[in-house]
Amino acid sequence: MSTIHILKERERQIYQKGNQPFDMVCEKVSVAGSVSQRACVFCGSRVVLYPISDALHLVHGPIGCAAYTWDIRGALSSGPELHRLSFSTDLTETDVIYGGETKLYQALTQLIDIHHPKAAFVYSTCIVGLIGDDVTSVCKKVEKEKGIPVFPVHSEGFKGTKKDGYKAACDALFKLIGKGAIDDISPCSINILGEFNIGGEAWIIRDYYERMGIQVVSIMTGDGRVEEIGKSHGAKLNVVQCSGSMTHLAKAMQEKYNIPFIRVSYFGIEDMAQALYDVASHFKEKPEIMEKTRELVRKEVSDIYPMLQKYKADLKGKKAAIYVGGAFKAFSLIKALKHLGMTTVLAGSQTGDKDDYEVLRQMCDDGAVIVDDANPLELSKYLIEKDADLLIGGVKERPIGYKLGVGFCDHNHERKTPLAGFVGMLNFAKEVHATVTSPVWQFTPRRDNSG
Amino acid sequence: MLLRHTTNKVADRHALTVNPAKTCQPIGAMYAALGVHSCLPHSHGSQGCCAYHRSTLTRHYKEPVMAGTSSFTEGASVFGGQANLVQAIDNIFTIYNPEVIAVHTTCLSETIGDDIAQIAAKARESGKIPEGRYVFHASTPSYVGSHVTGFAGMTRAMVDYFAEKCGKKRRQINIIPGYVEPSDMEEIKRIAKLMDIPAVVFPDTSNVLNGPQTGKYEMFPKGGVTIDQLKTTGDSMGTLGLGKLASGPAAHALDTKCKVPCQVLDLPIGIKATDRFVDALRSMAGVNVPDDINIERGRLLDVITDMHQYFFGKKVALIGDPDQLISLTEFLVSIDMWPIHIVTGTPGKKFEKRIRELTSEIPGPVNVKAGGDMFLWHQWIKNDPVDLMIGNTYVKYISRDEDIPLVRFGFPILDRAGHSYFPTVGYRGGIRLLEKILDVLLDRQDRDAPEESFELVM
Repeated sequence: MSTIHILKERERQIYQKGNQPFDMVCEKVSVAGSVSQRACVFCGSRVVLYPISDALHLVHGPIGCAAYTWDIRGALSSGPELHRLSFSTDLTETDVIYGGETKLYQALTQLIDIHHPKAAFVYSTCIVGLIGDDVTSVCKKVEKEKGIPVFPVHSEGFKGTKKDGYKAACDALFKLIGKGAIDDISPCSINILGEFNIGGEAWIIRDYYERMGIQVVSIMTGDGRVEEIGKSHGAKLNVVQCSGSMTHLAKAMQEKYNIPFIRVSYFGIEDMAQALYDVASHFKEKPEIMEKTRELVRKEVSDIYPMLQKYKADLKGKKAAIYVGGAFKAFSLIKALKHLGMTTVLAGSQTGDKDDYEVLRQMCDDGAVIVDDANPLELSKYLIEKDADLLIGGVKERPIGYKLGVGFCDHNHERKTPLAGFVGMLNFAKEVHATVTSPVWQFTPRRDNSG
Repeated sequence: MLLRHTTNKVADRHALTVNPAKTCQPIGAMYAALGVHSCLPHSHGSQGCCAYHRSTLTRHYKEPVMAGTSSFTEGASVFGGQANLVQAIDNIFTIYNPEVIAVHTTCLSETIGDDIAQIAAKARESGKIPEGRYVFHASTPSYVGSHVTGFAGMTRAMVDYFAEKCGKKRRQINIIPGYVEPSDMEEIKRIAKLMDIPAVVFPDTSNVLNGPQTGKYEMFPKGGVTIDQLKTTGDSMGTLGLGKLASGPAAHALDTKCKVPCQVLDLPIGIKATDRFVDALRSMAGVNVPDDINIERGRLLDVITDMHQYFFGKKVALIGDPDQLISLTEFLVSIDMWPIHIVTGTPGKKFEKRIRELTSEIPGPVNVKAGGDMFLWHQWIKNDPVDLMIGNTYVKYISRDEDIPLVRFGFPILDRAGHSYFPTVGYRGGIRLLEKILDVLLDRQDRDAPEESFELVM
């Protein structure tokens, strides 16, 4: 692993913090042939809408797109679980030749009759874009016949990046907003955007806001319900996490419904507290909200602080590498790791923009590597060069870390314990501590001192 | 209950698949390509396909899975993917430096009509493929067949591109192991070795997708059949293709191309199918079956006789891939279990006929469907409950809702370890399968036994 080539085209997507000028290239499509960790437009739409649990999610395409997205995200529901099933029009050769509209119509009507969903989303996949099925008009027809909203999601895989998929999902959501009555909504009310209830995180966040005296009108889309989303235009503020996926929607709501939005993160102590304070200061006409918020933060932090100190004692000076989807999450993680006494030696994202990388650069120490759209070779190269003790990433990064003998924390949709909120910070510390200090590394070649 | 939506009433549903029992061709092609040494699979399509396949394979094997993608954009979809593929080939050889690239197509590139062979030839002409390196391909549109046929197509492509006949027979046998686990491929090699038969096993994912922890990240691990080995397959004494659907096309292609006689057998799962495999190896290579193998067979037989009272009359529901299900059904019937609901997601008429033959002695009705889904299978189970279910991880929902024990077998297994290391083929694999079946059946008996009949010795 002494030397690896970095493709010339990719040189400016990697930056090592030092003296050279910072001119990060990003937001470009992956170089053909690179083993990118990125996904497609469909993937982006699917992940954003997936947690709406009383809606029907029908994938219009060959079987694969539905099979690979069947219940792979732990987006928990407190009620219906229709979203966890997999529905596909399973297009075959004849459909590709003669068109899939009839099949789509039959599948949709049949499913609506069986499951009585509150709404339906129809995802277009690559092939649908090519054969030119008029998905929109099928949706309109079914909507009229069945009396529920049926939304086409224009998520043909090749029509951009995962970000464009987020946008297509936001467009579909936006059409749903405004359909419900809003007379019972309090003047101190918010929507939580970009929170998908992985491991039950949305419930933790909702609880915080409610304890502050804020009404949470809807969560988009964690533990989501069609009816709640339909009246989300009654909320007075949009609180946007995972900005990459939901800012588009927040902007659209601002324009149409005049609802301002703020960007937050729920990972780590500072960012979590900031997310609550920012909301509280938005409703300054009610000073008791800020009071309650202070009280809440004080209590929550003091609850976890002693344990965090214990973990920190073991983790001090350990080195972490971060490779996540959105750069915003990387910011929070760097701060959270600092709390645990750890330094970040590599920070990367699949979809960050130039400003994001500038923030990352400022946050990291000298020598840290910042990378956009990394491939496995690059990741492994820097993991070894920087002698990382921990890799934070998703499913495809996990075995790379383990093969090298590096601890791993899943901060993607396969995490099982909530990592958001104050309690999430404690869970995060616990998980990082468990993997970094695990005795299993004594057997791995890079840490083996026996001979 | 997660599957509360499953209704008892079975209705005709030809426009709709609910909870699929298959996935698409490209992932099978990718898996097969990983069984070639120093090969980078390449997905000629959108980025998402490649990411999904890699994620799914990673979850199943718990190993890094490498593959490139042509990263189609809207432009490529209008003007064709040639530029993307040529650039990809250039980049891959420059940066990742594999010996071979295995390109598979997707619904997108197939529908656009990209001609991969022609594009690869162009890349060769313009010097993008270094000397001694290769690009080969299989056509695997997602709207045809299933992951199994995708595997079969890529395996056949290995023959089409590489098998050569130089005229001098080699004392070796080609074994095409089928769409099985790396552990199974390893076991098949072990059996051949025990019988002193030099074998070219292809594809061979052992030591690629069940590799050791080395502290190093190797993009191309040690395992996999080499191109040089593949070239020699045209001079072998014969070919054994295991599993009609997954291995048949490659075995027949080798016969046609290089006149290597072939036999296509069932996957060697269970005692009878393994007997046929061992016997075919014996007669093809002209060797005797060594004692070691007879002992293994004897042990499997011993487990079967020792425990047969627990198997008798137990109703079983099976779901998975055709080649596996055929052998598994035969095995279960041979030990007096009753497989009564059998579904594969892969379409194909012969499957249903074969299963009907194998289950003809079972008392009561047997439901079988090729091109079915888990929803239908679940409905059958609701209407006629079983004692045991065998299938992939997705069956766990049904297992929980219906409170029926489950043995995980097939693809994908996302929530357990072991399948990469312990085979289910061969006599030893048979013992492992029985162990797994007995474990869940006896655990269930223990769980449900009233205290007075909860016994130490069962």
